[in-house]
Amino acid sequence: MTRVLMEGSEVLAEAALAAGCRFFAGYPMTPFTEVLEHFARKLPERGGVCINAESELEAVGMAWGALATGARAATGSTGQGLSLMQESLSEITRAELPLVVFHMARGQYDYHQATRGGGHGDYRHLVYAPVDLQEASELVQQAFDRADRWRNPVTIYGDFLLAHTAEAIEVVPSPFPSLPAKNWAVDGSLGGSGRSRNVNSIGMEKGAKGIDPQAFWQRLQAKHEAMAAAEPLAECVATDDAELVVVAFGSLARFARHAVRALRAEGVAVGLVRPITLWPFPSEVLAEACAGARRVAVLEQNGGQMIDDVRLAVLGTVPVTAIGGISSDEAGFGLGDIFEPASVRSRIAQALDAPGPT
Amino acid sequence: MSERSRPSDALPTDVRPVEGARRVGRMRPALLLHEDHDLCPGCGEPVAIRVLLEAIEELGAAQRAIGVIGIGCYTAFTSTMDIDLVQALHGRAPSVATGVKRMQPENLVVTLQGDGDMVNEGLQEVIHTAARGENVTCVLLNNGVFGETGGHMTSTTVIGQRTKNTLEGREAATHGHPILIGDLLAPLGGTAYAARGTVHDAHGVVQTKAMIKRALTAQQQGLGFSFVEILTMCPTGWFVPTADGPGYLDDVLRPVHATGELKRDGRILTTRELLDAARKQQP
Repeated sequence: MTRVLMEGSEVLAEAALAAGCRFFAGYPMTPFTEVLEHFARKLPERGGVCINAESELEAVGMAWGALATGARAATGSTGQGLSLMQESLSEITRAELPLVVFHMARGQYDYHQATRGGGHGDYRHLVYAPVDLQEASELVQQAFDRADRWRNPVTIYGDFLLAHTAEAIEVVPSPFPSLPAKNWAVDGSLGGSGRSRNVNSIGMEKGAKGIDPQAFWQRLQAKHEAMAAAEPLAECVATDDAELVVVAFGSLARFARHAVRALRAEGVAVGLVRPITLWPFPSEVLAEACAGARRVAVLEQNGGQMIDDVRLAVLGTVPVTAIGGISSDEAGFGLGDIFEPASVRSRIAQALDAPGPT
Repeated sequence: MSERSRPSDALPTDVRPVEGARRVGRMRPALLLHEDHDLCPGCGEPVAIRVLLEAIEELGAAQRAIGVIGIGCYTAFTSTMDIDLVQALHGRAPSVATGVKRMQPENLVVTLQGDGDMVNEGLQEVIHTAARGENVTCVLLNNGVFGETGGHMTSTTVIGQRTKNTLEGREAATHGHPILIGDLLAPLGGTAYAARGTVHDAHGVVQTKAMIKRALTAQQQGLGFSFVEILTMCPTGWFVPTADGPGYLDDVLRPVHATGELKRDGRILTTRELLDAARKQQP
């Protein structure tokens, strides 16, 4: 095993290349910029294409075109840039194109954007929130597999820490079961045959008179329900007899996991549930982990977003407390004081001391 | 005004024709699945699409052509155009075409957009795509209105033109000036070919097909970005009788959006220069 010291952005690009990504388009924006830089350097060296798009709107449009040819393709930005892409991110889901989105957020303030989306209509994206670079290197490859398997966009939700922390890791190509042929992609060869294709987001069929939005949207809804049943992932740490269950995701969960293990070593009955998929939210795992708990404490770096999903998961069976909150650096890049082991430990300890239901 | 078509004196009148007379409307291009469509009577877009499909067919490119289609009335033709297609969002076809072309450089990639799509919603897309010298062909169907919404002002609506939101006619002081998109694209270093045609008369149709072929050939040769604007009739959106569409195009749109080649073999002509040349030709 050869481990190499790489920063997170490079790991993301290497993992994408290991998964066979051939196209990337992006527009620089902190903390996503280095992801674009690594793709710009690595993709052409290996026969792929990376375009420095003139805007986020164009970046996602270019990825759309590449995907329509059947190539594995990706784009990304931070939450602000992804706001600009929302129309395409929504519509590309209805076009059933397997886009992978590298969302390097400024903290955890984009949880709602990533899991609900800001675009129009009914749509869902599978969202992975890696806790560290080793997991990121695996989830990125899984993202490309799942995107093709479901013909649906998949988001990698990272942040400044994930993108910029360097760790010694090895990107190992992951094996996945073979995928069906992309018999929907265009290659230009079918013109005049009566079987030419149309990659579109409205259910338009060649030769058909009009469209049937109801049937088309219902089929997509059924697919999203199947994804919601099949894809939830979570890590549970010491939850079996936990009186307090902490819920945290992404980089912040790494700090929470450290604090929970330390408290456990001191004999405190605390556990952690870490959603690895933010959508679908691992509600069943969480509900089970909380069955014997006195309290659930949600540690997230925002004004309270994932806590909605936690409340829906436990449905009033156990009190839910927010122990995170807004925590920012001077530039607003998502590096607040919350990312301190002592801070995380004291927030968890306060939740332990909170009066329970009588 | 440019020269109008005249009956050719080369046609023999003393021999029987090789085949019987056919109605023009029954002559279906090979790359159209069937000739039914729901567009209004007198619409110029079906003519423009036919010209585009015939040009692709005649260049022998039917099995290596991909269309990227915008959103407008012409979108209805995505069910009948028998070439591989990708449906883009309103305004975004040039970026989508870029992604397609970069993955499949051996294919001819053609976008089809209206003036609302290309010049309003996605102006920066087409300009950047041209500046990049992206080896794609962008086709603009310009009728000076949002036809699909029922005749509203676009960025190419000419001064004085009545639309549903400029009922007294477009007035520069209130509604600004029309954009001559070809004049923006032609001078860019990445643009290999740019032209503005029309389908309001037979001469225009023939000329427009030649322009599309030159644009596609430039793409085939890898010369860079190519652009063909086609003036199309929209009697519904212009609020004129169906039969008056071609005349309205000639009298109202064409004196502003003059037809002709704006860039060919490195030589650039502005719309102003095309208009001046047309005036000199008039008796």
